[in-house]
Amino acid sequence: MSDVSDTVEKDTGGRDRQATPMPTDMTARELGRWAWRQVTSMRTALVLLLLLALAAIPGSIVPQEDVDSLAASRWREAHPKLTPVYEKLDLFSVYDSPWFSAIYILLMISLVGCIVPRTAVYWRALRAQPPRAPRNLSRLPEHAAYTTDDAPDDVLERAAAALRKRRYRVVSTGSTAEGSGSVSAEKGYLREAGNLVFHLSVLVVLVGFALGGLFGYKGGVIVGVGQGFSNDLTQYDDFVPGSLFDGDDLEQFTFTIKDFEAEWLTEGPRAGMARKFVSELEYRETPDAEPESYDLKVNHPLTIGKTEVFLIGHGYAPVITIRDGNGDIAATGPTVFLPTDQTFASFGVVKAADARPGQIGLEGDFYPTFALGDGMPRSSFGDLLNPLLSMFVYTGDLGLDAGTGDSVYVLDKADAEQVMKADGQPLRLDLRPGDTVKLPDGLGSVTFEGIERWNKVQISRTPGKLVALTGVVMALIGLLGSLFIRPRRVWVRTRRSEDGQTVVDLGALDRSNGGDPERGELELAAIMDSLQEPKEDKS
Amino acid sequence: MTDASWEALSNQAVAASGVVYFLALLAHLVQWAALRKLPADVVVTTGRTAMAGRLAVLLTVLGVGVHFVALLARGMAADPNRVPWGNMYEFTLSGTFFVGLLYLLFLRRFALEWMGPLVVAFVLSMMMLGVIWLYDPVAPLTEALYSPWLVIHVVSAVIATGAFTLGGIASVLYLLKERSRAERGYVARLPALASLDRISYRMHAFGFPVWTFAVLITGPIWAHQAWSSYWNWDPKEVWAFITWVVYAAYLHARATAGWKGRNAAIVALVGLATLWFNFIGINFFSSASQHSYAADTTTITSQETSL
Ligand code: HEM
Repeated sequence: MSDVSDTVEKDTGGRDRQATPMPTDMTARELGRWAWRQVTSMRTALVLLLLLALAAIPGSIVPQEDVDSLAASRWREAHPKLTPVYEKLDLFSVYDSPWFSAIYILLMISLVGCIVPRTAVYWRALRAQPPRAPRNLSRLPEHAAYTTDDAPDDVLERAAAALRKRRYRVVSTGSTAEGSGSVSAEKGYLREAGNLVFHLSVLVVLVGFALGGLFGYKGGVIVGVGQGFSNDLTQYDDFVPGSLFDGDDLEQFTFTIKDFEAEWLTEGPRAGMARKFVSELEYRETPDAEPESYDLKVNHPLTIGKTEVFLIGHGYAPVITIRDGNGDIAATGPTVFLPTDQTFASFGVVKAADARPGQIGLEGDFYPTFALGDGMPRSSFGDLLNPLLSMFVYTGDLGLDAGTGDSVYVLDKADAEQVMKADGQPLRLDLRPGDTVKLPDGLGSVTFEGIERWNKVQISRTPGKLVALTGVVMALIGLLGSLFIRPRRVWVRTRRSEDGQTVVDLGALDRSNGGDPERGELELAAIMDSLQEPKEDKS
Repeated sequence: MTDASWEALSNQAVAASGVVYFLALLAHLVQWAALRKLPADVVVTTGRTAMAGRLAVLLTVLGVGVHFVALLARGMAADPNRVPWGNMYEFTLSGTFFVGLLYLLFLRRFALEWMGPLVVAFVLSMMMLGVIWLYDPVAPLTEALYSPWLVIHVVSAVIATGAFTLGGIASVLYLLKERSRAERGYVARLPALASLDRISYRMHAFGFPVWTFAVLITGPIWAHQAWSSYWNWDPKEVWAFITWVVYAAYLHARATAGWKGRNAAIVALVGLATLWFNFIGINFFSSASQHSYAADTTTITSQETSL
């Protein structure tokens, strides 16, 4: 008996400490050890959580290689001194750095070390009977008492029925000859289950996340409108495979961008913004499948097998033809120009390696709606209202023969010379569609044939995403149970008073951590009412 | 009504609700000034003081109503019509609206009258800051924002923000009350420490699952649709995650000996700081975010949401 009340005592004292049902069959020492373990691991978990939050901060301040490699390399250029230090500390890839991983792996170990024993405790508690009534119910935070003429057995029976109706699990001792007896009841077992599910789901989410990181990939490619793409490693502009991704595993689809449209806002506060992008795709799931069509839009990726195709950018590709001094075509076709701002002023490079007598390189800007602002050429709008191509010309050794796979967006001018006008100023070609300009010194000519468009397409596979989603949804459900189910114990005890009446004591213990005594009192009062009611019915 | 007149209506409603909140604040001040003279355990239910308190609540209800009109008109002013949370000004409007609304919804249930002056003052000042610094005319959204997830994701984030803010107010008061030995006055009249702690917990317990839903379920689903990657460690995501982790730590702290009470309240306020930093700081200081206003619009999915 003493150790039962002991348990309740501890329970009351630490009731907002733990919702874990306390097994009643432990000795005080075991209980102490158990409590100690709980407290220490809870504190560890708490500290690790705060550490994790802290550790995530640098990644939001320093540009991350995986998030925005361009920003990261710009940052490196701007801070030559700090860069080596930052690199040592993995500050450009915080989220897969050893120190960040260490924190969350420790947290997961602590988590497993925490849920396994708690699951065992919970399992036993689930099958245990509600604990016997503590000796002194009036010491509980919620209690009530009344005196009645009803027989103790009647009261206990009604108490059991009333509590069952309130979805309590109930045991009754029945009353002894002296009229003393008690009913113990408990409910809200699902709270702990919810809590366990929540913590378990954290692991599930992590597994899903890891699957994506290991077996997924993400690649980007610029595809001209009217042109095609086949899903092959060589076709990507950039490709980030997961560490265990198998390159042979790419789905063999192909697509062609038939058409692309965007709507330009010409008025209002967002004038100049484009929207309603639609890229008309014709695709084949496998090389010999029937062609199908799909309108690729933002927020509406195309799913092919396990791979998804997203539209994430667009821009212009002026069609430029360079004829060399012999009149031969040295370069022709659309060239991708990269937008530099929201007016779609774009920068690009054209290279003619085979031009004779000398190689020809063009570098400059394309303005979809050309305007002069402060004497500087610029674009005033993203749509093609007044397109102008403005290029500087280089000749000599442009490093094009070396075959070093340098970027198509960079012209190597180290050994080249800029072509000048007669007055010694750099020659700038300002071309409108259809224009042809002859280059000096018999170098040849440049024709601006027209303008095509391109789309930036992102292609990715994210295995484990459904695992992760299931994980978070489970976590949410578990969390709701864990936060809002209120585990409660209620005891009703009878004894006979000296004048032969039955004294009924009620006590309740709210074991949730937001336990609101007032509302607990209300429930207790309602239970008391239902104990007293039937008597009036009968009489 | 034309879009322009909806927009004008919205601006007028913002001004009007500001005035009404201000009157509510005055009524609260009258009430609490009178209560200061009485010992803390004297409860006043009749007379001018109680009247001022009731008037304050009534004015708050009116203020929240007009505030709602401001939001509604803001949404109607856009072409196409949309939910009124597409830029920071609109977030401030809707965020403060939910702070006010949740306060009113919880007022009875948790007996929150004492929170009134702070809630009204908070809502009023945030609204004013929004009008002064963040005002933006109604504008169409960038492409990626046209998604049902804008409604679900952002509304849940904003509701959670409202609940966390109320919880934070309760935590601040907890810390004040803990240090105070005053026998009269505002702090002395606050509910007991245990009860402040419990109310703070209730608000956080309400906000946390909603935040989980916003940040870890709908956010990633939408991000996956728009940017091909459900979690990208973008600064906005990082801070939403930090907020989540800190609030998880708060829930743990409340259950950990040596941390409950004071430390838990501090952790809750750290959580609130990360939450508001994410809303304000990241938008102003970080250009790396896909959510950012500074995002280059040449990528068509760059977003403008800030929650
Ligand atoms: C990834 C790490 C973790 C997260 C995100 C997390 C999150 C949470 C949340 C949100 C709650 C609140 C639910 C409630 O109050 O009932 C909670 C409760 C709890 N957590 Fe964790 N937790 C983590 C790790 C751990 C670990 C490692 C332990 C082991 C000690 C632990 C033990 C507990 C316990 C015992 C409760 C219940 C406390 C109570 O009764 O209020 N958690 N956890």
